[in-house]
Formats: sequence, C-alpha cells, structure tokens
Amino acid sequence: MIAIDIIILALLAATAVTIARIRDLWAAVMFTGIYSFLSASWMLNLDAPDVAFTEAAVGAGISTVLMLSTLALTGFKQGRSGVRIVPLLAVVATGGILIYGTLDMHHFGDPNAPVQIYPKESFVQKSQPDMHGLPNVVTALLASYRGYDTLGETAVIFTAGTAVLLILRREKPRSSRPGSPESDSPESEQNTEGASA
Amino acid sequence: MIQTTFPIVRIVTKLLIPYILLFGLYVQFHGDFGPGGGFQAGVIFASGLILYGLVFGLEAIQRVAPPALMERLTALGVLIYGGTGVLTMYLGGQFLDYSTLEHSVGHGILPSGQHLGILLVEMGVGITVTSVMTMIFYAFAGRRRSV
Repeated sequence: MIAIDIIILALLAATAVTIARIRDLWAAVMFTGIYSFLSASWMLNLDAPDVAFTEAAVGAGISTVLMLSTLALTGFKQGRSGVRIVPLLAVVATGGILIYGTLDMHHFGDPNAPVQIYPKESFVQKSQPDMHGLPNVVTALLASYRGYDTLGETAVIFTAGTAVLLILRREKPRSSRPGSPESDSPESEQNTEGASA
Repeated sequence: MIQTTFPIVRIVTKLLIPYILLFGLYVQFHGDFGPGGGFQAGVIFASGLILYGLVFGLEAIQRVAPPALMERLTALGVLIYGGTGVLTMYLGGQFLDYSTLEHSVGHGILPSGQHLGILLVEMGVGITVTSVMTMIFYAFAGRRRSV
C-alpha cells in the first residue's frame, strides 16, 4: 500500500511542477485535469470515495471545461516574464510558514489526534439507533446532525452561482434596436430563446 | 459553439451520456446507503449535461435544459431544503428535525422519518448544484471573443 502512496504523491508533485513551468496554456489545462484525476485516486486510497467523486467530476470535468472556455476567449500562449525577486520571496516565505505550521500537526492516523478522540461517543455507534438503521454515517452527519451546515452550503452555492451569472452574463439591453451591434450578437439571440422557453 | 464533426467522439458520447446520468441518479438516491449524496450527484449529472453541450453544441443542450428553467431550479433546490425545515416546524418539531416526519404507514417499505428528511434535503442540494453548474457553463460558453 505504501508503494501506491509514494507513486501517487510523486506523480502529483511532478504534475504540479510541470503546470508551473509549462508555457503552453492548453497543455497546462490538460495537466490540471491529470492532477485532479491523481488527487481523486489519492482520495480513494484514503477511503474517501465521496470526495473522490467530487474531485473527478468538478476538478477533472467541469473546471477543465470552464478553463478551456476561458482560453478560447483569451489566448493559448503565456507571455514572457522574467524572474521577479519580490514575488519569489513572498512565495518562498509563505511556503516556509505553511511547512512550519504542519510541524505541529499529529502524524497521519495518530490515535491520539483530536479528530479521533472527540466526540466521546462515536457517531458510528450513535447514528445506528438515531437513524433507524441508515447505514451511511457520512450522509447522516451531513444531512441530519449537521443539517444547518448543509443548508448554509447550499445557500452558498446558490449565491455563488447567482454572482457568477451577474458578472458573466450580458443581458440584452432593454431598448435594443434591430440595427444596434448588441442585438445581433449570439448572446442576445440565446437570451431571447431562453426567455421564450 | 459549433458541434464537433468527429464521428467517434459523437457516437462514444451518445453511448456514455445515459450511463453518466443514470450514475448521477444512483449517487443521488442511493447516497444514504453507499458513498455519495446531493453534491456529488449534482456535479456528476451536470458533467453529463455539459458533455452533451460540448459535443452537440450549445443550442442542442439548451433545448434539453433551457436556461430559463435552470435559473429557476437553482432557487427551487434551496427552497426544497428550507421548505423541509419549515415542514418539520409545522409538524410540531424544530427546524430540520426530521423525527417529526415519522409515520406509521408502510413500515419497512417506505423510508422512515429521518431517512425521508435526508432524501428530501439531498434532493434540494442535488437540484441546486446541477443547475448552478450548468448555468455557469452556459455563461462561459455563450460568450464570444470581444476582439
């Protein structure tokens, strides 16, 4: 098992370095997709299939498509830029602080870590009588014990989606004339189609 | 966005999409037994829709999932979630206290109170996530280069 861990983590690191160094943005987007699939394998290896589903569908699927759509609007080549000393120092300092922060953490799978000893009565035992035999403890936690949290998360997704739409979507102007340049663009056609549907 | 003309891509996509959507529904409604739930099901379902849009064009996908409908569905999901909470309050419990949904009919066949509540709120999450992801794809794919 340790061999699989090392292989996946090494591939993740290699992919990350490649993404940082590559100039061709189309290839970089493809590498982010590869990175997401590797992360999904890693999550599955850590017995978190829910997170692996999400990583594969969002990271490798939807966000790759969105980044490709963005590249189609902007361009596929990164411009030349030399090494700047202040950003480099900022990145190195932040990285150093983050690594220093991990030194305080418990080792992976440590039985004395707070996540293992709190709360006292395990939800695994508690959820069986509470949920009348519903076997999935993760779902019971997310949707029932912490139903407020999930309601908030759903509201966050709704708000984020609304905000993205407000920024990105260009509404058809109210006083559009047939000859105006806005009204014969593809977006406005699509909007009228949507409104009539 | 014009549709692709590569026959292999088109035929493989046609074969795959039903299974992606079916898997999304499975993750949605089986999420209380196996891994998964509303969010996972929503993104899987949305990626199936987006794949259809990528291969067959924006017009084709917008005939299946009209933007006006998806826009309303984003709010409907949150409404289902919050409505479940209000329903449990109406039945005499606290907000999102699914125990008040407990019933005596069809014991062993129909889901129990907690189970029913979880199914309802997960459905709300699934609807919101699917429609938000699809709407963001529409917003990106509907734009043209402004140069």
